[in-house]
Amino acid sequence: MKNPIRLGLLCLGLLCSMPSLWAADIPVKDGESIQDAVNKASPGDVVLIYPGTYKESVYIDKDNITLRGVVEEGKWPVLEGEGKRNDAILYSGNDFTVEWLTITHYKGNAIMGQSGNNFTIRYNKVIDTGVYGIFPQFGKNGLIEYNVLSGIEDAAIYVGMCDNVDVRHNEVFDNVAGIEIENTRHALVENNYAHDNTAGLLVFITPGLPIKTTFDVILRNNFVVNNNTPNFGAPGSIVSKVPQGIGIVVMAADDVIVEGNIVSGNKTAGIVITDLAFITDISSDPESEPNPDRLVFLDNLMFDNGADPVAEVKALMLTQFSRTGPDILATPGSAQEQDNCIINRERYTSFGVKKWSECERKNTADVLSYRIPGGAPSEPVTATNRTKLLYQGICAGCHAYNMRMIGPPTLAVQALYRNDAQGIADYIAEPHKVRPDYPAMPSQGHLSPELRKDVAEYMLKVTK
Amino acid sequence: MRALLSSLLLLPVLSSLATEWRLSEVCPAGFRPEQGRCYLQSLYGEYASLQDSGVGGLKTGLPPLREGFTPQQIDLGRLMFFDPLLSGDGTLACSSCHQPSKGFADGRGLSVGINGQLAHRSAPSLWNVGFLKRLFWDARASSLEEQMEGPLYSPIEMGNSREHLLKSLNESAAYPALFKQAFGDSAISLDRIYTAITAFESSLVSLNSRYDLYANGVHEVLNQDEIEGMNVFRSFVARCAECHTPPTFTNQQIAILGTPEPDGHAFDSGVQAVTGDASQRGGFKVPTLRNIEFSAPYMHSGRFETLREAVAFYTGGRGHAVPEGEKLNLHWHIWEPNLTDREIDVLVAFLKTLSDESFMPPLPSAVPSGLRPVVDVKPN
Repeated sequence: MKNPIRLGLLCLGLLCSMPSLWAADIPVKDGESIQDAVNKASPGDVVLIYPGTYKESVYIDKDNITLRGVVEEGKWPVLEGEGKRNDAILYSGNDFTVEWLTITHYKGNAIMGQSGNNFTIRYNKVIDTGVYGIFPQFGKNGLIEYNVLSGIEDAAIYVGMCDNVDVRHNEVFDNVAGIEIENTRHALVENNYAHDNTAGLLVFITPGLPIKTTFDVILRNNFVVNNNTPNFGAPGSIVSKVPQGIGIVVMAADDVIVEGNIVSGNKTAGIVITDLAFITDISSDPESEPNPDRLVFLDNLMFDNGADPVAEVKALMLTQFSRTGPDILATPGSAQEQDNCIINRERYTSFGVKKWSECERKNTADVLSYRIPGGAPSEPVTATNRTKLLYQGICAGCHAYNMRMIGPPTLAVQALYRNDAQGIADYIAEPHKVRPDYPAMPSQGHLSPELRKDVAEYMLKVTK
Repeated sequence: MRALLSSLLLLPVLSSLATEWRLSEVCPAGFRPEQGRCYLQSLYGEYASLQDSGVGGLKTGLPPLREGFTPQQIDLGRLMFFDPLLSGDGTLACSSCHQPSKGFADGRGLSVGINGQLAHRSAPSLWNVGFLKRLFWDARASSLEEQMEGPLYSPIEMGNSREHLLKSLNESAAYPALFKQAFGDSAISLDRIYTAITAFESSLVSLNSRYDLYANGVHEVLNQDEIEGMNVFRSFVARCAECHTPPTFTNQQIAILGTPEPDGHAFDSGVQAVTGDASQRGGFKVPTLRNIEFSAPYMHSGRFETLREAVAFYTGGRGHAVPEGEKLNLHWHIWEPNLTDREIDVLVAFLKTLSDESFMPPLPSAVPSGLRPVVDVKPN
């Protein structure tokens, strides 16, 4: 339970009846619906999903909800999309956790967030499901760990337009892209095993999105090996343009630190650094800065990369009288300058990094996490505080306490109705013009009778 | 207490007879006054958005709004908006193509300008236009002030000129005094005209739909079909929410969709004609979906008559309507989602939950020029 004291004080302030302040466990058994349980849940509750097969899409638009699979003697709860359901889990609430689920055969994503700060996605198995496996979007402060994902036709783990995210201890294989950090800042990608994808780890700026930058990303201590799977991305998708056989791709992103990774067996190149020209057939976006800047390559173990590069890389290497791809390839025109740095460069085969300087920083031991201590701000909407929210958000746009706005002052309404909340509730459902010198009020009839009465009672108690 | 109340209720009346124009002294619905200027009060006021982008999910802060105008400036803008004095021949007002009853669009595929001339594109809705940082379908203007110079002076739209606009406002009996109420003195300048109309347009806010109630925790206002539609909308199969991002339902980016032109019309090169960048050929600004129910027909050329047709376009196959020989860099979210009929139906049901006209401004029965205000022109 998150901060019950503060919630309690809030409730006293609103003179509300006591809500369920303490977390409840809501069990879901095989044959029952996870969504029904989510609909019953209040902030702080844990939905416990027992082994079984659940053929549904689940959406969570409440705060502080946990979906937790119960694994018994190796039997997992399975969300089964049967190739016809869209996404397995859609969340928008803050402080959301999803763990211990097997998710398979959905058309869209396995786990998708749209906003929702302080998310935790861990201990899930995602197999052969749709476009992205795990895709938080517009989230601040999140943790993605101990997930295993395979058979995804785009990125298995796709952190898109987020801030402050740790991605660690995941295994991603047989996907087009293993882990993609896109238009995101402050991301730590650590201790993951990315193998047998088309490309292993991607740090991208994609143009045309409303949030334009990627910077401050650490790729650390990952195994990035044998990413040689032919590209099976959907035609027209961005990743369908990624050549096979690349361990790590950095496209247009800035301040990316690569340290302690084992990068081997990737047949085109170990690491490719490129500007936005890498992606063709896409509308240009003048607001996206196309060049990768200030890259930092610390000690990594790289070997046996570039054995059979794609044609473009082969042509490039022929200019250096080589038929194999390098461990590190900065494409012509990309990251050629001294603001990039590398240490112990003689250990790697490379192309295009001659002007890179020697790094002053030798390791990133000072960075343990990019998550925000104490979490990102999140004000849960509860049954009790939503009345205040409605009053402030809607009523107060026309009624001030003791001043004329477009509508009469709250004080005047209070004087007229005194204790008759029901009178206000009835009036706002079908407002009619009362005062000749004021315009008619817009109807609030789409609110339920209970909610209208709650808001009316709130209005009668407003004191400033 | 009683004395305070009665003094509050005896404030000056809002508007008065056509002969003695008096601009409103109170902010429009949804706006609270602060030191004489009007600022939006909304359900989204307390929320943040990632990188202050104004895009995200259900509980996400808004992009910055053009706000902070005075009630008088907003009200003067309202009167000019409906006044045909602003066109070259006194026949058209802003409201001719942005009619309140049609979502502040005009119900036409291509708009009709002065002397019955057809415009090149469909008039967009003005609801929530104050949140936009780029205007026009091809995003060529970066402020409302800059934008309105387009239709005002276009020979096929309002057909006015700067000189004639200033002259007719200065010569009118009522306007100089109204500019004095709004700006402190009676000088009429183009900047003041643009400021007042910008102030009014920015007050057209729609954020109290049933969807907004859902987004703010009142889940019971949407029925099962509508919730299902919302989930299709934000699914990664239909992907609508990737560009029509809450809370304004536009991410304000340029997207190349490859929608068809009306029969007999040449291909519209969109943003390319502005920037000269061939990669942007056929690109248009992502429009808001707020009050979309009222602003048919749809797309830049008004090619689709109904919401259902507009939605069905996205499941017709990537590039299915691109003319032969055209090479377009279609947006990556234009793909083949294979939506079912049922999914299209519930998507349309969801789109209608975005309707909210509760802050419809007062529609004038007279305007300061003495001409007949243009309100609610029915399409031919």
